[in-house]
Formats: sequence, structure tokens, C-alpha cells
Amino acid sequence: MIRSEYLLLVLGMGLVTYIPRWVPIFFLSRRQLPRWFAEWLDFIPVAILSALVFPELVTGGSPRYLDLMRPQFIVALPTFIFALKTRSLGGTVVAGMLLFWLAGKLI
Amino acid sequence: MVNTSEPAAEHLAATFICKEGIKAGWPICLGYFPIGLAFGVLAQKAGLNLVEIGLMSLLVFAGSSQFVAVSMLSAGASVLSIVLTTFVINLRHLLMSSSLGVYLRSMNKSWIALFAYGVTDESFAVNLTRFRDSNWDWRQALVVNQTANVAWIASTIVGAYSGQFIPAGAFGIDYALIAMFLCLLVFQLRGRLYAVTAIVAGVLAVFLALLIPGNSYIVLASVLAAFIGVVCRRKDILND
Repeated sequence: MIRSEYLLLVLGMGLVTYIPRWVPIFFLSRRQLPRWFAEWLDFIPVAILSALVFPELVTGGSPRYLDLMRPQFIVALPTFIFALKTRSLGGTVVAGMLLFWLAGKLI
Repeated sequence: MVNTSEPAAEHLAATFICKEGIKAGWPICLGYFPIGLAFGVLAQKAGLNLVEIGLMSLLVFAGSSQFVAVSMLSAGASVLSIVLTTFVINLRHLLMSSSLGVYLRSMNKSWIALFAYGVTDESFAVNLTRFRDSNWDWRQALVVNQTANVAWIASTIVGAYSGQFIPAGAFGIDYALIAMFLCLLVFQLRGRLYAVTAIVAGVLAVFLALLIPGNSYIVLASVLAAFIGVVCRRKDILND
């Protein structure tokens, strides 16, 4: 049994995810995006990923406070180096989980 | 004579296209599996059932936004705020689809509709590299997208199922999302300007997260940081 609010949520998420995937291929395969917009969009992935991950590493609690000694932050450095060296998504996920698990045992 | 040989040739071509597509797509599947598992486990812990988890993977098919949606759900966020956050997180596909569109001119409308559904960070990276470097065809690209899609849905459902048997916090599963973001971030660091944008976005996000409750810091920080990135590029500051 699926709640109707949940159905509304996934349909909404699906729609707003699908539209940006579809619109450019459908309408813009013959035209170019305005240059400033293309340049701005080019920085969006790196900016979003960074904006997602940094607060996760150094803030905790509710309301949030700054904490530079969180295991999440300490483990992030070796995980980041592992990603840089191997460039493997699956490998980094497993390595990060292992390191975090070890950190939990040690700290 | 021509008529009798054509179906055989077409069949051969279809087999070849599928093989090539799966060959290019399997590393994505491998990468998706632990993440899909982790997502399934987390979503199950957040109180979603198998059907709900599978439905989200099928309808949305975008890893990071699904993780964020689940964490916002368990924090009690509204449908509208989750949908808006999803939109902003996945807006980046606009640029990916724009770059791919150049190679998809021979595709008809219904195939475009199906192809667009499978545009992810990973399939984009694989397909664009192939389009640039080899004689890659839209059919092969479509196979890559759909192979990855099947792997994603299957792994999230397996995760949702096995999640019932995994205790909370086991095997560092809580770190899967952060590790994935860190690695995808590494993939995006294609030069000094991108690194600067990442640092600006990260620092801004931390400040905003401390100042404003809720999740709006993600949108605000990334929009602003990308804008600063453009200004730096335009003003020729820190050019690579």
C-alpha cells in the first residue's frame, strides 16, 4: 500500500528530474545554450557536490553547530585521497565505509 | 534475396549493439551496486517499503537526489521542499543533455523520450567519452543508459530487502553517501577554477547551514559559487 502523499512526492521528483534531462535533447539539439548559462551550468555539478558534502562533514546537531573533530571529517581526507588515486566510485564507497567503520571502533 | 538477408543482418546488428552497450556500461553497474544497496538500506531504515523504494528508483533514477529525499523525508520535510531540492540537485543534467544532444540528431522523438530518462552523471560521462573518441551510436548509448537503470533499480530493491537484516550503522553504511559525493566531487575537479568553485561552495554551504535551518543552503551555496566561478572565468582570474 502506497500513501498518496508519497506517490505525489515520487511523481513530482520524477517530473522535475526528467524535464531537465529531456528539454535540451528535444529542443536544443540544433541550437546552442546562451554562453553565460552554459558556463554557469558547467560549474553547477562541482558546486552542488561540494555544498552537499561539506556541511555533512563539519556540522552536526540540531540546531547545527560547527564541529571539526567529527569522524565524518577525519575519515573524509583518506577517502578523498583514495578517490583521487583510484578514481573508482564503487571502490571509494567501500573504502569510505570501511574507514568510517574502523574510526567508529577506534574513537 | 535482399529481403531474406535483411532481418538476419538486423538481428546481428542488434546483438552487436547490445554487447557493445553492456561492455561500456558494466563499470557503471558495478559502481551503482554498493550505492544502490546503501540507498535501499537507508530508505528502508527511514520507513519506506520495498514498493515505495523501487518506485522512487524507477521514476526518479538519480542517486544523490534520492539520498537527499530520503534524509529530508526522515527529517519531516514537506513534499514541495523535497521536490524543489530534487529539481536543483538534478538541474545539472540540463548541461549534460545539452552536450549529448549534439550527437543525437538522428534520433526520433520517442527514442529521445526514452534516452532522456537515462541521462545520469555516470552514463553521461561514459557516453560522451565514447561519442567523442569512437564511432559511438545512439543505440549503444541507449543500451548503456538502460543497463545502468536496471542495475540501479535492482540494487536498491536488494538493499531494501536486506536492510531488514542489517543493524543500524553496521559496516559504516552511513558513510556510503558521503564517500560517493567525495568521489563524484573528485571527478568534477577538472582544473583550478573548478577546485576554487568547490571550495567556495563548500565554505558558503557550511556558513549558510549554520545560519539557516533546513536544506536551502545547498541551493543557495551552489548557485552563488557557480556564479563566482563564471565571474572568475570571465575576468580571467585563475585561468587554467
